[in-house]
This record gives sequence, C-alpha cells and structure tokens, in this order.
Amino acid sequence: MTAWTCRKTSKSDAIRKELLFMVDQINATLRRIPTWLVYVLLLLPAPYFLYLGATGGLGVEPINALERKLGEVALQLIVFGLTVTPLKRWAGLNLQKFRRAIGIMAFAYAAMHLLVWLVLDVQILSQIFADLVKRPYITVGLAGFLLLVPLALTSNNVSVKKLGPKWRVLHRLTYVAAILGAAHYVMLAKGFQIEPLIYLGLILGLLALRRVPKSKSRRRAVA
Amino acid sequence: MAFRWTNDLRPEDVTPEAVFMNRRQLIGGLAAGTILGSTGMAQAQEALEPNSWEDITTYCNFYEFGTGKDDPAKYASSLVTDPWSVTIDGLVDRPGDYSLGDILSQMTVEERLYRFRCVEAWSMVVPWNGFELADLLELAGVQSGAKYVAFETAYRPKEMPGTLFPVLDWPYVEGLRLDEAMHPLTIMATGLYGKPLPNQNGAPLRLVVPWKYGFKSIKSVVKITLTDTQPPTSWNKANPREYGFYSNVNPNVDHPRWSQASERAIGGGLFARRKPTLMYNGYEEEVAGLYDGMDLSKNF
Repeated sequence: MTAWTCRKTSKSDAIRKELLFMVDQINATLRRIPTWLVYVLLLLPAPYFLYLGATGGLGVEPINALERKLGEVALQLIVFGLTVTPLKRWAGLNLQKFRRAIGIMAFAYAAMHLLVWLVLDVQILSQIFADLVKRPYITVGLAGFLLLVPLALTSNNVSVKKLGPKWRVLHRLTYVAAILGAAHYVMLAKGFQIEPLIYLGLILGLLALRRVPKSKSRRRAVA
Repeated sequence: MAFRWTNDLRPEDVTPEAVFMNRRQLIGGLAAGTILGSTGMAQAQEALEPNSWEDITTYCNFYEFGTGKDDPAKYASSLVTDPWSVTIDGLVDRPGDYSLGDILSQMTVEERLYRFRCVEAWSMVVPWNGFELADLLELAGVQSGAKYVAFETAYRPKEMPGTLFPVLDWPYVEGLRLDEAMHPLTIMATGLYGKPLPNQNGAPLRLVVPWKYGFKSIKSVVKITLTDTQPPTSWNKANPREYGFYSNVNPNVDHPRWSQASERAIGGGLFARRKPTLMYNGYEEEVAGLYDGMDLSKNF
C-alpha cells in the first residue's frame, strides 16, 4: 500500500546497511567513553558560569543571569535525558549507559539554580516563604525539584537492586518533573515568548513518543 | 516651565529630605513609618551615585529588539533616528507632525538625576537629559476637554527584529492621565550623561516618569495623542491582572508573580544586597497628591 511496505530496491537496502553501520560505529565509540568523563563534562559549565558572573561576563546584573543559565542547563539535561529511550528505539543509538549521569547532573543544576535563587537572589527569608506560597511559578518549579530528589537519591546500583520493579515506576516521576520544570519557565516569561514554549513542546513531544505502540516503531525501524 | 523641579539627590539635601520624610510619614500615621523613614534615608544616600554608562546602556528592556536584557544593546543600532518626527494630535490646538529639530529648538533641556525602578524588581539611578513633557504639550496647545495623553513607539519591523515575534501587540503604546503628564517630574528624555540617548535607551526621544514602573516610560516616541478617554497600554492589554494603567511604584502592592517590597540595584555584582522599595519610588512627596482618595490596590 504505502511505499515502505513495497519491495525494497537494492539502493534503499544499501543506504539502510550504511546507516546501520554508522549507528554501530557510534555505539562502539560511545561504549569506550567512561561515564565519569560525562559527569565531568556536564559539570564544567557551572564553574564557568560562576567565573563569568564574578568577572562581568554575565552582564551588569549577574545574579539573575546566573540563575537563568543554571535553570536552562537543568531543563536542557532533562530534555537530553528524555531523548535516550526514543533514540534507542527509533535510531538504535545506545546512550543508556549515560542516562544516570544525565539525570543526576540535571538534578545538580536544578539544585544550583534553586540555591542561587535562595542565597543570591531573594535573600530575605520571609520573602522566600511568601514567594513559595504566593507565586505559582515558584511553587511549580519547587514541586518539580522536589520530585527530582527521590530520583537522585535512588540513582545508584544498590537502590536499583533493592527496589526491583518499583524502581522503574518511581523513576516515571521524571516525566512529571520535566513537565513542571518547563511549565515553571513558561509561567515566568513576560509577554508571549517562544523559548519556554519550545522546551515545553520538546518535553511533551518526547513523552508522546513513548506512547507510540511498539508494533508501529518496529515497522518503521524496518522500513 | 523648565526647571520646575530640581534634583533632591545632592549631598546637602540628603539628611534634611530623609528627616523630613520620616517626620511626614509619622504624622501620616503609617504603621511602618519609622522603618520606612530610616530606609528612605539609607536609599537617598545610596541613590546619590548614578549608575555607570555601561549599566544603563547594556541592561535594557526594549522588546522591539528582543527579550534578552542585552538584545537592545546588540540590535538597536539598526533603528534610524534621524530624521525623526513626532505626530501630536487629538485634542490639541495645533495638531501635526513636529520634527525633532523643531521641537528641540523650542525646549529647554536640563539634567535630571532620577531613580529608575523596573517592574521586574531591579533599579538604577539615571542622569537623564531632557525637557518637561508639559512644555511640549503646551507647544501643541492642550484643549480643555483633554484628560489623557496616549503615546506610541515607532513600529518598524525592518529595523526592529524583535517585532517579528508577537511578544506584545505592536506598536508599543502607553498612556498617562493629563495631570501626570503635566507634572514637573515627567520629562521627555533626549540624552544620558550629557550625551545623545543611545538607541537601546529609546532614542531619540522617550518618556521618563520616575515614580512609575519603567515600562510606563515609553521609548522612541513617534506619536502623542490627547484624548478624553483612558488610552490602552501595551502591558495592560497583554495581562490586565498583572499590569494596571497607573503602575505607580508601590512596595505594598505586589505584582502577582513577584514581590515589589524590595529591589536589587544594578551594578552590585554577584553578591548585591536587596534594598527596600520606596513608595512612588521615593517621589511620594511630589506625587502622592495626584492619587488622593484613590484605592491604590485597585488602581495598581
């Protein structure tokens, strides 16, 4: 009926083989990268931002800029983490080995983002409490962060073993935290701004991909 | 009508002003009178120091050039400010297009060192050069039926990359009540530090209303209309729950998404402390009378 169910020409077969070969090569390279290196690489932007903030590289108002940069990296890592499963399923790319590092670093950036807000930005304890209760975008952001706490705490081999099948269920909280994180960004934007909506769209899209029935993905992967 | 207001931020004025404010607030029976008074003193002293040229010209909100604070400094050079003319119409005796040169030849430009408080809870101190809006309105001849003044920013998509996105309903519009517009503190700025106004700060001609949140001080003005009805304003149209027509600086009425009780002075670096925000941004003495009897939490 459709093109991909028809007999394959030798040309498309060749392209397919080439692609599979490329993916295999990438996977082989990825296997050789030690995970500790991923932790180090993902952590590097934080001291760099701090250095920029202290030396004028983030402009004349570095507190807000630093807060924003850390929050953006946290969101980017959450998006990156959510691409691991679809990339495996639809492209055969094997990033699972790094998923824990990505997740833990996303938590670390969210924690630094929160810390900058508490210590450098708001400063005043009574105002912090007032903001947490009265400002929905802050409540939503904090809720997202709190959901990440049990996930970070159980991101180790002992917990995986101990929790068994419950671990998977628990770690689906990532999906809720991701949506809350993006919603937090959308809610704090003034006027109609594109960037926060792109994050929300990406996250919703990546979550929607997980709902595609298995049979369809297999057929498309064969095509 | 120029020089109707002189700078109250000179060193010799600091103590008397603060003491005066303190006394006034006590008499006024404000609950937090003494606290406000003492913070007023602290702020008046701090506010003596204008922000640097770099602070004022690299940290701007001018969404026509992008929503990032550094976007206007990067992209506003594309705005053509010469020639420039302002259309003054509505309830005036002499409506028409006034060329900037024509206007300036009849205005007295003076220096005004003003506090500037953004609705986003940051603040600066800016040494403006400009003339009183009242003088410009007089030039056009305000008719007796006029009650409000509407302003409009230039809308030129080819020169303003930010307007390609519907962040706001372009062109940017603002408005004042006529008595606010005629107030001695209200100026049309043409310069900073004695130099021509940089494009990112609203060249060649912008409104400055120091007791209101910064977004009221509309930039790169091309049109001024005198009306008898309250004109629409951009942020109020975008989100009426968060931005009112008046938008007077008021530490007691929070923006729904953040507190307005305190502010961060730009230029303090990574460890800058917040300081309390003053009623009417420190111009209570001069402007409180404009709002006598009004419920400020309703008319925010």
